[in-house]
Amino acid sequence: MTPRQLKNAPLRLALHALMLLLAFVFLFPFLFMLSASLKSNQDIFSDLQSLRALLPVGTLTLQNYAEVFGLGNVGRFFLNSVFITIATVGIGLAVNSMAAFALSRLEWRGRAPVLTILVVLLIIPFDAITVPLLFIVASLPGLEMTELGISPTRSWLDTLYVQIIPFIANTFSIFLFYQFFREIPKDFDEAAYVDGATPFQVFRHVIVPSSMPVFATVGILQGLAAWNQYLWPVITVPGDAARPLMIGMQQFFGRTTEWGQVMAYATVITLPVLVAFVIFQRWFVRSVAGSGIKG
Amino acid sequence: MPARLELRDIRKSFDGKEIIKGVSLTVAPSEFLVLVGPSGCGKSTLLRMIAGLEEITSGELLFDDQVVNHRGPAERRVGMVLQSYALYPHMTVEQNIGFGLKLAKKPRTELRERVEEAMRILQLTALRDHKPAQLSGGQRQRVAIGRAIVREPNAFLFDEPLSNLDAALRVQMRMEIGRLHRQLMNTVVYVTHDQVEAMTLADRIVVLEDGRIRQSGAPMDLYERPANRFVAGFIGTPTMGFIDARVTGGDAGGSLFALGSGAEEQWTIRLPITLEQGTRCTIGIRPEHCSLAAVDGGEVSGVVVMLERLGADTFAFVDVPGCAESIAVRLDARTAGVHPGDAVGIRLQTERCLLFGQDGEAIERRP
Repeated sequence: MTPRQLKNAPLRLALHALMLLLAFVFLFPFLFMLSASLKSNQDIFSDLQSLRALLPVGTLTLQNYAEVFGLGNVGRFFLNSVFITIATVGIGLAVNSMAAFALSRLEWRGRAPVLTILVVLLIIPFDAITVPLLFIVASLPGLEMTELGISPTRSWLDTLYVQIIPFIANTFSIFLFYQFFREIPKDFDEAAYVDGATPFQVFRHVIVPSSMPVFATVGILQGLAAWNQYLWPVITVPGDAARPLMIGMQQFFGRTTEWGQVMAYATVITLPVLVAFVIFQRWFVRSVAGSGIKG
Repeated sequence: MPARLELRDIRKSFDGKEIIKGVSLTVAPSEFLVLVGPSGCGKSTLLRMIAGLEEITSGELLFDDQVVNHRGPAERRVGMVLQSYALYPHMTVEQNIGFGLKLAKKPRTELRERVEEAMRILQLTALRDHKPAQLSGGQRQRVAIGRAIVREPNAFLFDEPLSNLDAALRVQMRMEIGRLHRQLMNTVVYVTHDQVEAMTLADRIVVLEDGRIRQSGAPMDLYERPANRFVAGFIGTPTMGFIDARVTGGDAGGSLFALGSGAEEQWTIRLPITLEQGTRCTIGIRPEHCSLAAVDGGEVSGVVVMLERLGADTFAFVDVPGCAESIAVRLDARTAGVHPGDAVGIRLQTERCLLFGQDGEAIERRP
């Protein structure tokens, strides 16, 4: 350590202690959930008085998970949630990034007012438009898969796409892309146009490869929102067929008093998000840290 | 095939403000034309209009007698090197150079051959797998040029390509661009604000000021016979010295001029030109066309304010009463002992003095 570092040692120690404490505060519920999901109800309660509650010790079993997937339609709910999230993120990344590209890189009449409207929309919370949106989707004609094939329906309610389509276009995502794209020098586009590129090729070959951090950020944010949807499916998906995992959990709570199973269910909900975050966190952190593109 | 470019009364406005105010110009096939002028004169805008990156407000742009106003950059078949190089950061040198051909869906073998050829010409073969971030300024510059030549364009457009390089590299790249032009014999339009680049590279220089062409001609023509005071002051380093003058008399063989302005009028000079008595004008003199003398031994006198030693040459800058700017004088060995603060006279080679009217236009010396 340099003398300067040595002088600051007590401060650093205190800082590290504080960070450890914070990390523990955040990790505590997760550790409890994970270890409880592997224990029997009896073990959970007997371990509650000690640190053992946070550790996977004692008689460990995957029985809770087996029970969770055996009960009701949890497997189906899980697949629904995965499908809704992947579809929302996949289509959302494409649509929102292209919208931002048009706003930040192309010249067209009406661009300024559209941008203004976008910024205004940013401040409107989803809760404020939930009811009008519900009326819209309730009266929109849709399609459904039946044993006889695809047949028309009189509303979007109780479908998977009612949980996807309204959430594809996202003003906050467009705004994040817009901010990032604006920082990329326009010279890249111009060089590509001289090379013979079309606007879409500029987007595809020049802008997208230079923007991985913002794609990761938007993917994580939009993915988390899709995965954690609660209010919207509660009011639009009354049946089991299109129900996501989150709503299933509430239903599940009503049916069991086994805490091990509840924790196993919670783990099933949390783990995919955690894995996705760990995979993309490198780009996510870089993007949040505000990295630009320098030649 | 090197293209013939023709600009017919080209104009450009941004938000109602006219930036390019009617430029007409022809660039011959294989000609190296340099557009030069101070910042904001519209030279880059003009180049971008030729490239197709900027819309033309009015006027016609022709490539080989075809109007191309509404054609995109690729259809015009131009290669362009931008000031920032704009190399795609996620692509290697090879991919950067081949990108245009890939977009044009050229067969893989042809693409590879042409990229290899471009890399060979520009000595980039060893760097083919490097990303732009791993390259030096000069290497990036060469990749940018490679990207332009690989598509075998009809014309090359350079937008201040050397301004991001250090002085030594700039000289080297200047030579390389000159060599490349001699090798490929393509039509080149080159924009710079550096008149040394313009003088050394150009077949022809076009000097722009405030969106208009002030003069166009061979480099030495512009240097020796500037059409106006602006060009005279812009071309040449150090800049031409200017002394206000008034015709006080004369005969058929020449006129007498009082030098200086207002109360500072204290010298007279006789120049072989006949002008009406009372005419006010400006005398322009290059640093190499005057010399230092004793205080009372020259046509004008003043005080040395600065010496600029460039190695082979030394220039003295002399403040002359009545002149807005110092007059640069190239020193020879005999006058090298001059110091700032010395009072000196300046001897002018009267036959090399240039005359400019009050409107700034050159006055012909002899009918």
